Amino acid sequence: MLGKDKMQAVAEKVLGFSEADQTEVLIFGKDEQLTRFAVNTIHQNVSETNATVRVRCVFGKKNGVASGNDLGDEALRKVVESAQTVARFQEDNPDFGSLPGPGKLETSPAFFESTAACAPQTRARGAAAICSLSRENGLEAAGAFSTAVDELMAVNSLGVSAYHCGTIAHIVTVIMGPDSSGYAQADNMDVTALDPETIGRVAVDKALKSKNPTDLEPGEYTVILEENAVADMVDTLGYLGFSALAVQEGRSFMNDRFGQKITGDRITIWDDGHDPRGMMLPFDYEGVPKQKVMLIEKGVATGVVYDSFTAGREKGKTSTGHSLPAPNSWGPYPMNLFMAPGEATKEEMLAATEKGIWVTRFHYTNPVHPIKTVLTGMTRDGTFLIENGRITRPLKNLRFTQSILEALSSADMLGRDLKLIKADWENFATCVPAARIRNFRFTGTTEF
Amino acid sequence: MKELTDRALNLAQTKGASYADIRVVERQRQDISVKNGAVQEMSLDSAMGFGVRVIADGAWGFASSHRLSPKEVDRVTDLAVQIARASALAKTGDVDLGPPEAHQDTYRTPVEIDPFTVPLNDKVSLLLEADREARAVKGVKVAESSLVCIRENKTLASTEGSFIEQEIIETGLGLVVRAVAQGEMQQRSYPNSFGRHQGTAGWEFTRKWDLAGNARRIAEEAVALLKAPQCPPGVTTLILDGPQLALQVHESCGHPIELDRVFGTEAAYAGTSFLTPDKYNSLRYGSQIVNLTADAVTPTGLGTFGYDDEGVPAQKTDIVREGLFVGYLTSRETAQQLRRIHADAPQRSNGSMRADGWNRIPIIRMTNVSLQPGDWNLDDLIADTDDGVYMLTNKSWSIDDKRLNFQFGTELAYEIKKGKLGRMLKNATYTGITPKFWGGCDAICNRDHWNVWGTANCGKGQPGQVAHTGHGAAPARFRNVQVGVMK
Repeated sequence: MLGKDKMQAVAEKVLGFSEADQTEVLIFGKDEQLTRFAVNTIHQNVSETNATVRVRCVFGKKNGVASGNDLGDEALRKVVESAQTVARFQEDNPDFGSLPGPGKLETSPAFFESTAACAPQTRARGAAAICSLSRENGLEAAGAFSTAVDELMAVNSLGVSAYHCGTIAHIVTVIMGPDSSGYAQADNMDVTALDPETIGRVAVDKALKSKNPTDLEPGEYTVILEENAVADMVDTLGYLGFSALAVQEGRSFMNDRFGQKITGDRITIWDDGHDPRGMMLPFDYEGVPKQKVMLIEKGVATGVVYDSFTAGREKGKTSTGHSLPAPNSWGPYPMNLFMAPGEATKEEMLAATEKGIWVTRFHYTNPVHPIKTVLTGMTRDGTFLIENGRITRPLKNLRFTQSILEALSSADMLGRDLKLIKADWENFATCVPAARIRNFRFTGTTEF
Repeated sequence: MKELTDRALNLAQTKGASYADIRVVERQRQDISVKNGAVQEMSLDSAMGFGVRVIADGAWGFASSHRLSPKEVDRVTDLAVQIARASALAKTGDVDLGPPEAHQDTYRTPVEIDPFTVPLNDKVSLLLEADREARAVKGVKVAESSLVCIRENKTLASTEGSFIEQEIIETGLGLVVRAVAQGEMQQRSYPNSFGRHQGTAGWEFTRKWDLAGNARRIAEEAVALLKAPQCPPGVTTLILDGPQLALQVHESCGHPIELDRVFGTEAAYAGTSFLTPDKYNSLRYGSQIVNLTADAVTPTGLGTFGYDDEGVPAQKTDIVREGLFVGYLTSRETAQQLRRIHADAPQRSNGSMRADGWNRIPIIRMTNVSLQPGDWNLDDLIADTDDGVYMLTNKSWSIDDKRLNFQFGTELAYEIKKGKLGRMLKNATYTGITPKFWGGCDAICNRDHWNVWGTANCGKGQPGQVAHTGHGAAPARFRNVQVGVMK
């Protein structure tokens, strides 16, 4: 870890080197370790220490960005010179107003020493426990156990100065038999809250229950989606259309629908970087404090997220604290999505289902039509037929092609518990319930 | 540099490592993008660091840092050995790398013009011109043009005696045009989808792809698509253009031949493969005319280099020969594993280990996985097709975790009726099962239509890595394909 004081010193140095009208400095610090296992053995085991400085220089309406990961004075000076040179060559961007000024920042208790200090032996023992459980049951375990400390400092010449340090621990496992597989995942800021054996048992149980999978004709079925599958759909909505940029470019499913019903009454989705149930981040990559933004409220299109650039294009709008690092062609992004829970347990959903499909998670989903929110993907790692309130047999995996908003319109039961699901690669997480959805459209099958 | 690399290797061995390598990587990247007449993005990113990979107690360990100093090299090397020893707590056998690889060499991407020497004004002008042409078409909502230049300098040194220095240069450019109307959004991209086409080449690469010259055409297509009928469902004959076929090759061939996937080491994220070792040299992957190869030597291919990140020389391998599955992408370790099952499998790796930067370990990645050209001229192929659909430029892609069931969507399609292109179709999709699909390939266009396309966004691994891969492809025809999946 660099620590707040060291990062502050680097940022001030960078500001001192700059001749620009306005200057922004982002410093990212990362210490990440990941122990990976497959075929019941640890086969990859890695550690990374990195720090990156990203500088945006502004001359009038011209922006230029440069970055580097050498924190020496000479290297920092070169980064600033590069950003200035690039900015000076720029054309004016008429939509650019100004870097933001300082806002009221809250601190978020997102750091756990237990995670930061987690040793290679601890992760190895956790991986070994899952492998051992798998071996006892005649199965093969694959997965990863990672711990990370992420620091972010955002400073600019208008007085913004924000620092955040968070930890995240992540365990994921896919456990396989010759014709079956099961999946489990758990995430927490505190590594001591994760129990590898408990996680392993969930996946082992699914792998054992999904032996000898059978065929099922594609068609429309009632599904019970576990939290990972729901998170996939909610994340896709975030990617497709919860950004002000998507609305301004006319490609969002929210366009011309604000205040109108776009999905079911039970569906409320929001973004909140301060909620301790999520992966907390109290400010964005311009140092603007994150606001809680209601996106869909009881099925009604309510709002989208803004950064300073997109807010500047609309009279009366201000940044909601959702920028990504500049330069940013993606636009503002909701990184802390939540979906409101319901009242049912997954067991109650199961008992209430006459015929349906239990889905553990989706694989390789991809939008087919952004405005209709049509998504395609496969089921994976635990797909089962439900008959008369019970799981009766495992199924070979199915392909779905389904509009997300239409699916959520048909959600007639939502889970009462929220689960935190960290994105595979990125540093954000989504918090969602399980869901029972009617008339979910499967369009194909595969051979396993 | 050699002092630092020798320091790491010597220390690793002193600490008990039976093998060690160190990679020092410096990467520079310049991105410029123009959207609706305004320069949106102009950035120059630099990153440098080193990673030490060791085998100790028969297991792997890796540690990396951005601080290049003797003290940090010592810390990181020691940590790599500690991590390897921790890995050994759960090992089931010792790592076997097979015969040593020891090479001292240099390699540099052959370029005519270093893209980093081209004035920024020239780059911006190129993009602005394409932008203007595209937005001259009524109905265009967004035009976005972009350029990227990348230079990666890397040094690999190993305890087996390798010392290899490489400089890999890439240049890429592209244009995306979007038209929007009444709940419908359509886009067209040139030369390839998802922002750009890219290759291991200098600035001369941009001259081949005339962005401004094609801008109006694709803008008109995007607007026309808004009113086009939806691709109807049915089982029909499908012709795919080069860029879409390149992605088909990537997803349904390139990934399942990664031998680490086959042996289960990617199961926790990307999945496994239907090309299990029992299918090696025995599975009919495609029709007799299907020939697929993997190489790291094709000029301008995104998978082209001098040596992979284990120090194995670039080479070419047959993957599918006249429809028969005959080859994998291998590493030193997986080559030995395959030989224990098939004694006639090659003893050495075919050089497919690639790492995304200094802070990632090398894993098996595609190089240039290509469908070899056939005999047809595209006009003749369409004229020879009585009833079907011609699909161009990828828009959406999805495939199952063993690489069997896939579904793709393309930006543009045309129906083919009695040998002629007919109505434009929108939201075109097609789906299939990999060997059945390739078994239906009955015609491939010739070398005049063949190009090596760049996929710059291939994701794999934990922690995640992005690879740049190349895929040579010419348009080809496939029989009995389900199209029109979207309601």
